[in-house]
Amino acid sequence: MKRRLGNVRSTAPSRSGIKDAHRESAHFRTRAIAGFILIVICLAALAARFAWLQIARHDEFSARSDNNRISVRSIAPARGLIYDRNGVLLAENAAAFKLEVVPEHVQNMQKMLDSLGAVIALSDDDIERFNALRRGKHAFESIPLRFKLSEDEIARFSTERWQFPGVSLVPYLTRVYPHGEEFAHVVGYVGRVDAAEAATLDTDRYAGTTHIGKTGIERSYESQLHGEPGYEQVEVNVDQHPLRVIRSVAPTPGKNLYLSIDARMQQAAMDAFDGRAGAAVALDPRNGEVLAMVSVPSFNPNLFVNGISHSDYAALINSPFKPLLNRAIAGNFVPGSTVKPFLGLGGLELGLRKPEDTVLSTGEFFIPGHARAYRDDKRGGQGRVDLVQAIAHSVNTYFYSLALDMGIDRFSAWMGKFGFGQPTGIDLVGEASGVLPSREWKRAHFNQPFFPGETVIAGIGQGYWVVTPVQLAQALATLADRGVRHQVHLLRAIQNGINSAPKLLPIAAPQTSFLHNPANWIPIQQGMIDVVNGGGTASGIGNGFAYTIAGKTGTAERYSRTDETWQNIMTVSIEHHEVLFEAFAPADAPRIAVVVALHAGHTGAHDAAPIARAILDAWAKYDDDKGQTP
Amino acid sequence: MSSVIIERWLRQLRRAPRQAFLDWPLLVALLLLAFCGLATLYSASDLDGKLVLNQALRLLMGTVLMLVIARIPPNTLRTWTPWLYAASLLLLVAVAVLGQGRGANRWLNLGFMRFQPSELVKLTLPMMVAWYLHARDLPPRWITLAAVAVLIGVPALMIAKQPDLGTALLVVASGVFAVFLAGLAWWRIGALLCSAAAIAPLAWHFMHEYQRDRLRMFLNPESDPLGNGWHIIQSEIAVGSGGWFGKGWHHGTQSRLEFLPEHTTDFVFAVFSEEWGLIGVLALLALYIFIVGRGLAIAANARDTYSRLLAGSFSMAFFVYVMVNGGMITGLLPVVGVPLPLISYGGTSAVSLLAGFGVLMSIHAHRKLLPR
Repeated sequence: MKRRLGNVRSTAPSRSGIKDAHRESAHFRTRAIAGFILIVICLAALAARFAWLQIARHDEFSARSDNNRISVRSIAPARGLIYDRNGVLLAENAAAFKLEVVPEHVQNMQKMLDSLGAVIALSDDDIERFNALRRGKHAFESIPLRFKLSEDEIARFSTERWQFPGVSLVPYLTRVYPHGEEFAHVVGYVGRVDAAEAATLDTDRYAGTTHIGKTGIERSYESQLHGEPGYEQVEVNVDQHPLRVIRSVAPTPGKNLYLSIDARMQQAAMDAFDGRAGAAVALDPRNGEVLAMVSVPSFNPNLFVNGISHSDYAALINSPFKPLLNRAIAGNFVPGSTVKPFLGLGGLELGLRKPEDTVLSTGEFFIPGHARAYRDDKRGGQGRVDLVQAIAHSVNTYFYSLALDMGIDRFSAWMGKFGFGQPTGIDLVGEASGVLPSREWKRAHFNQPFFPGETVIAGIGQGYWVVTPVQLAQALATLADRGVRHQVHLLRAIQNGINSAPKLLPIAAPQTSFLHNPANWIPIQQGMIDVVNGGGTASGIGNGFAYTIAGKTGTAERYSRTDETWQNIMTVSIEHHEVLFEAFAPADAPRIAVVVALHAGHTGAHDAAPIARAILDAWAKYDDDKGQTP
Repeated sequence: MSSVIIERWLRQLRRAPRQAFLDWPLLVALLLLAFCGLATLYSASDLDGKLVLNQALRLLMGTVLMLVIARIPPNTLRTWTPWLYAASLLLLVAVAVLGQGRGANRWLNLGFMRFQPSELVKLTLPMMVAWYLHARDLPPRWITLAAVAVLIGVPALMIAKQPDLGTALLVVASGVFAVFLAGLAWWRIGALLCSAAAIAPLAWHFMHEYQRDRLRMFLNPESDPLGNGWHIIQSEIAVGSGGWFGKGWHHGTQSRLEFLPEHTTDFVFAVFSEEWGLIGVLALLALYIFIVGRGLAIAANARDTYSRLLAGSFSMAFFVYVMVNGGMITGLLPVVGVPLPLISYGGTSAVSLLAGFGVLMSIHAHRKLLPR
């Protein structure tokens, strides 16, 4: 080629002005052909590149293209409902309306919020939360501004909505607790998922979920109530703007729960408290089911669902009565004389006493060799009493002496069989364990030996003793079922979908009775019957009741007495006593065991027993073994 | 009587080839391409009728211009060439002073349309080089090359200054092709290529930062997938997801959902590839290669040096536009703002290309009488 070109140059009539058109044209042709070949090679390379991308790597790019355009969004499942044992709704999902704002459609946010505030009440909390939610969201995403609009507000907004482009009424499901305060401590409440929870949650399951159980049943059965989320594949554009739904899978609603509580008994208990601070727990001693459980004062759980306002929350937190505390499982009470039947049974079981053994009550009891007097409630004492009388009249001396004879080690081992000093394991979060006096406990907490005087007062449920109402109720139920302990529980049945029958939960096999001699139970039962029906400390409380009630009062001192004089207990400020009453019925074949504890009162008989009676009345009125299926 | 009429008609028919100023195969191929372009634009713009109508009007304007130019004899065009070249240089100066555009001054606002003088240079520059070489001894010597280098360099530098490196390179290419076709000795070509390679690192020094970014991204687009690498990655995804047969017209998700930027202009080829697949791409490339081949054939049969060089270099430059755009959207070449000829949305490019094909048709009409 080069040689040929050289040729051309040498033979061209250069500088002559006459061009060799023929040769030039031929030369051009070779160049054009060379150029065309070059072009074909280049285009072949380009075509090969296309083939490489479109055929060899097609799958990869196809997947990446789908990744671009398809966004998967979770659809939160509807939360399971909660019923009482008879199917009364305790927690439901109600259709409600919320106001949502799409920021990109609002020209001047501040102006809009100001004028919207004139139509619908917007608190500072609402606006603060709204602004917090807006951060980190796309301008086209809908941000909630106000939840649960009233009908009035919906009507007002509907007529003015033309003024507010970008603001819309959005229907949603909100959790509603129709019984409010009555079940606040049992059912608990849901609230918005907070940052700490979000960090630990299963992000797939909770992707579309805004609310989570915070307390009570809502919390302990969160995994059953939540359900499984559905999802939809949405086609999105480059701004993540959803354009259409490609595919959607419906969520599976959460399971419905049936509690063992009877709402009518719960209501009766709540009414009977009449606002006095305390708690009551009623159990079925045959199986550990909770029939009623109240803690007073209570609060309105509905306030928490969509974010409680600062002022409402401050009022609850600052109240001296601590309405948020569930006293039934976490309230600490000194059990006082309510422990006497348990101790009396221990005396018989351990062979320290026979039922007919008597003790002389003089009004004062002395540990041999000690000068300190431990008093009876009655000046001058009760005279000579046997076990039945000692329970019926709550004679301290009998139990001082018995506790001293038993010694602290056997005492705490025996009482431990009833579950004192340990959480019951009820299906609620936040249970306290109480305190059962023992050598180990004292060593651990005070690093001191246990003194005989402490054993003596432990015998009447004073000193280091602390119980929770549910713990005492479990002990009472164990006593009522003649030494058979049942797991205390609230959940009775689970329903998987509204169309299927609720399935009763299998009840854990009860332990066998720990009593060596079943006959030992009889004098205890008799003593407790006499408390109510035999002129005992709670005389008259069982009048007119369909069954025989067996009970025991407790009036515990909250503070040490500062002087050695006897006082008329009814004239002492009620602030000085925690008062309790425990009862089971029918006395022969107990089907209910109830414990009532009040933080303040004159005596257990005077203040706590009437509440227990009201609960028993409600139970007797509605008790119908046949009808107790969900 | 009738025999006289028939005889006259037959005589006209015999004379017809000389008067036919249209090259039908080329015209049909161009119209096919334009139609293809409009259909792709309609899809790429998400059925924006206004945009397509706009482009159709420009294509129509270009076609009219093509038909008008086709009637002008090459000799006349040759005498106008220096003036056209000078006028386009003046327009480049005007752009530098009055120009508009995003980040770069490329457009002149004429009121009824925006006009991009650099597109005009793509036509006037090969004309000027052909005009110059027409009067010189060929193959060219160094001294001739030096003069040609000035003719090419002045507008190229002005365009590069806008800055529009892509178009500047294409303008250089069209001039260089004229020299190549003029028979520049291979050893001179080799020498020029070597010296070009030697000064290439210097070019890096004179580049704008965004141009360097584009080069870096070309080498490794995944290093910044949401930023500078976005164009290349999304374009490759669009092309690759097309497969053999494509996703179908207006079913290309990459463009419809706006993942692919500039999907009506520089990246319209990616939309086409996504929707028509490899089969469509090969068909389109075949159409382009037919047009280029036809242009070179016209050049080979042209009557004089000017016509030959002009037709040849214009055709080869046309191929380069396709190659650079196709290379860009497939990640074979760096991102340079070069439209796909007659498909990308853009008036000046379409009109000046069609004007160029008008010149080709004029050369075809005035080809040598006896094919060799």
